[in-house]
Amino acid sequence: MLNKQILNLVIESLKEIGEEDKKPELLKVDKTTRLYGQNGCLDSLGLVRVISNVEEKISEILKKDIVIASEKAMSQRSSPFLTIESLTNFIVELLNSEENA
Amino acid sequence: MPEVIIITGSRKGLGKELCVYYLEKKNIVIGCSRGPSAIDDPNYTHYELDVADERQVVKMVKEVSRKFSRIDILINNAGIASMNHMLLTPLETVQNIFNTNYFGTFLFCREVAKVMVRKKYGRIVNFTTVATPLRLEGEIAYANSKAAIENFTEIAARELAEFNITVNAVGPTPIPTDLIKNVSREKMDALINRQAIRRFGTFEDLVNVINFFIDKKSDFITGQILYLGGVNK
Repeated sequence: MLNKQILNLVIESLKEIGEEDKKPELLKVDKTTRLYGQNGCLDSLGLVRVISNVEEKISEILKKDIVIASEKAMSQRSSPFLTIESLTNFIVELLNSEENA
Repeated sequence: MPEVIIITGSRKGLGKELCVYYLEKKNIVIGCSRGPSAIDDPNYTHYELDVADERQVVKMVKEVSRKFSRIDILINNAGIASMNHMLLTPLETVQNIFNTNYFGTFLFCREVAKVMVRKKYGRIVNFTTVATPLRLEGEIAYANSKAAIENFTEIAARELAEFNITVNAVGPTPIPTDLIKNVSREKMDALINRQAIRRFGTFEDLVNVINFFIDKKSDFITGQILYLGGVNK
């Protein structure tokens, strides 16, 4: 349930940026879409915008104040920013750990 | 339209004066400090927090963003000082100074910039000091923390330029506030003698520079460190 909700928030954020920047490739993304790095659809500034968009949506909808670009994110063996799915999973994990903290 | 302004370190001194000044100009001001505020104004909201506490800063900025949907201006005023010879400075003092001055500035800039990025607009003003370019003896930890803020300001200005967010810093000369109340008159005079214009700074001197930096027309002014009193790097 939470996983699907976060997945939708991430996709929605990408679409908003796609519309704003007139980038059609950001309008037809799915969970397998590569976000950042080789063949990624975002440059570093694009990633910054997506992260801040997603954090804002989570704050507004779920009333949870999280920092996605955390020490934990940066120290993962496989970057959570690689694909939409990996970012979604990372955020869900972050929210669950906040819940249990 | 009123602007939404966050001012850190707003319980007393310059921070409090800045809050009152921008409230009088019909803006919405959100302040923070470790203690409660004495400002009683319907357009003022106060948060009691430690500016170096990441969780509290994130919570505050996200709450402000939810409430007002934007943050136009951030004034990173919160700061502490310590006047000591290096050989008499405990490590804990250095850590405390860096926590409040540098980490606090970093955290607020990072979190507020996330809100500004979405609106593609923002003005950030950081605080440095003339003690940094003057390499003032006896203020090593304080001057070092402000040197870090200056370099941060210059790099953040580049990283945020794409989003129409400007980041600048003002470096006041001594202004008679709590921060310098324990410094001897002789030391103050020696410092003031190193300025091109030899007098104490005033609140009006400071606010003049801040108003210049936050002006909508100042969209081509970023990454600048402006010292008062004719002090140069």
